[in-house]
Amino acid sequence: MIQVDVEPILNEFGDAGRDALIPILQAVQERQGYLSREAMIEVGQHLGLPVSKIYGVATFYNQFRFQPQGKFHIQVCRGTACHVKGSARVLDAVRQALKIEPGQTSRDGLFSLEVVACIGACGLAPVICVNGEFYAGMTTEKVDKLIRSCQRKAAENG
Amino acid sequence: MIAIEVNGETVQANAGEMLLTALRRLGIKIPTLCHIDGLPPSGACRMCDVEVEGRPNLQPSCATPVVEGMKVHTHSPRAVRARKTIVELLLANHPDDCLYCVRNGNCELQTLAEELGVRVRRYQGARDRYHVDQSSPSIIRDPEKCILCGKCVRVCEEIQGVACIDFIGRGSKTRVGTAFDQGLNVSSCINCGQCVMVCPTGALRETSHLKEVYEALSDPDRFVVVQHAPSISVTLAEEFGMKPGADVCGALTTALRLLGFDRVFDTSFSADLTIMEEASELVHRIKTGGVLPMMTSCSPGWIKFVEQTYPDFIPNLSTCKSPQQMLGAVIKSFYAERESIAPEKIFSVSIMPCTAKKFEAGRPEMSRDEVADVDAVLTTRELARMIRMRGLDLANVAPQPADTPFGERSTAGKLFGATGGVMEAAIRTAYHLVSGEDLADLKVQAVRGLKGVKEARVQVAGLDLGVAVVSGLGNAAKLLDEIAAGRKDLHFIEVMTCPGGCIAGGGQPLGADGEAIRARMQALYNIDRSEGVRTAHGNEAVQRLYREYLGQPLGDKSHHLLHTHYAPRGVVA
Repeated sequence: MIQVDVEPILNEFGDAGRDALIPILQAVQERQGYLSREAMIEVGQHLGLPVSKIYGVATFYNQFRFQPQGKFHIQVCRGTACHVKGSARVLDAVRQALKIEPGQTSRDGLFSLEVVACIGACGLAPVICVNGEFYAGMTTEKVDKLIRSCQRKAAENG
Repeated sequence: MIAIEVNGETVQANAGEMLLTALRRLGIKIPTLCHIDGLPPSGACRMCDVEVEGRPNLQPSCATPVVEGMKVHTHSPRAVRARKTIVELLLANHPDDCLYCVRNGNCELQTLAEELGVRVRRYQGARDRYHVDQSSPSIIRDPEKCILCGKCVRVCEEIQGVACIDFIGRGSKTRVGTAFDQGLNVSSCINCGQCVMVCPTGALRETSHLKEVYEALSDPDRFVVVQHAPSISVTLAEEFGMKPGADVCGALTTALRLLGFDRVFDTSFSADLTIMEEASELVHRIKTGGVLPMMTSCSPGWIKFVEQTYPDFIPNLSTCKSPQQMLGAVIKSFYAERESIAPEKIFSVSIMPCTAKKFEAGRPEMSRDEVADVDAVLTTRELARMIRMRGLDLANVAPQPADTPFGERSTAGKLFGATGGVMEAAIRTAYHLVSGEDLADLKVQAVRGLKGVKEARVQVAGLDLGVAVVSGLGNAAKLLDEIAAGRKDLHFIEVMTCPGGCIAGGGQPLGADGEAIRARMQALYNIDRSEGVRTAHGNEAVQRLYREYLGQPLGDKSHHLLHTHYAPRGVVA
């Protein structure tokens, strides 16, 4: 698991108060890939905020994750164009294939799943994005194939 | 004063106040689900919506300041329809298992549905499914019954300064929970139960010990003893329709015997015992340069708060066990020996105004040789359930005295039930310890009343003592911060976790307003005014216990049975 030292991030924000909570959480997530419990506790101590409050704020926003990202981070677009082209079925296919819900990471640490509102590739709808690479015109079959190829890649690289 | 028009009548209101305050003073019943007296309005539930002429939308009266000449309609068809719709929408996502709910007959949502005449299910919502959190020794949380009014969140943060719960998630997935959605048992929850007191539904309730108590009562091999805390006799009556502040001590004793308890003791006796130890400890600390200010240790929510949030102040806590634990300890030692009963055959029950007492009784320090000092703790509400199930009408039960040797009490011990009471009792006995005489006037007015923070200088036979009395942990936290920042004028601090003290504890009858709590407090003061023995050291039964068994305050036996220790606690806070 990736654990980063939160202190340097907090130092960058200097004397910033509780109104800096969200930028701080964003910085932590950028560095760490997700928000670890340890990081949230430390941010709370730094800002003088109860951890329940930090967790409440963080869970309010879709952008924050609470599990480390998988080796393959799958973003399923649920924007309007993708929706019309059947992205609900695509999302279901990913969930069933990986047995995880959006926001979660598979136990083997290989896959994580995120739902995004629109990734600005409406011409490719329905589209999903794996580690920044776009896959166009997704179907249930294509999802299965893509996941198998990721698994193969992981196996080859040990 | 300004003039406003309410339902066609011109009435006076105070400039700057909220409409809801004015309307309630006028005796107009406006329902609320999210309002907490004394805290700023949150305007979340919209149940208090009223129509104000000239304003297009309904106005939440809790958050609408009065304005000269405003014309208000509190129960116009539009306002009532809006309230009814809100209730119907809340019910669309509610378990509807009222018959099985602990709050059946005493639920604000149920009452409103009835008052507003909800008879058909107009909205069918997808129901949220959540686990019931049964991890806590004191409080059970059932998020499915939660209507997200936010009162528990606000009490926990704004009154108690604990903030162990908050809203988690967003939209239809919003729920109230702890940091990282963990169980209450590993959170910073101090088990005070103030969240239970404000919850309008059955989403929060105490962890019940009724099953264990009934099992013990029906076991012929168990010797079941019970003690009741100082505040119980002045609050229990409300559960049976009597007016707040009615003292039913004798009837309570009789009722407990009729329920099958073998012996009925009074925790006020051990409150006197606590004072003997605590006042001695205070005098000892002052004379020997011990850690000051000394802080009281009767309130288990406060103790956990110090252990987890202010561990630097652990040496300031009195080492005295609370009255509940002191009595539990002498029942299973002195009393067991005297009556030749094996301690493990005794089942010791306490009736407490408090949910944190359930946690306290389970602390590992509170048992000897794997025998717990107290086996089960019932709240006032749980006892009321037992009495109702037994078919007793408390108003018509002939009073009886409690059992010896732990039935006698002074009025000082009784005062423990309200904020300032421990302090007053301790001052009386500390004065006697130092001077050998009693105070000319035993009443210590400066520490009386419902204020959250009370401070005074007290002259105890040549010693000039700075004392402070706080209730509500938010107030306590502020005082601790002052002391940490260098404040040095205080010698003795009484802290009660709940605002107002045990009379307003988390295990007390629900629905009490400020007036009821004042009446409960006054009842304790009346007892103190009208009886003869008003000091802990004047309690002959306590003196006898020292002569026959304990020796002297702070002695070896006392140290072993009546004192305890604390340790820092790692929690997610």
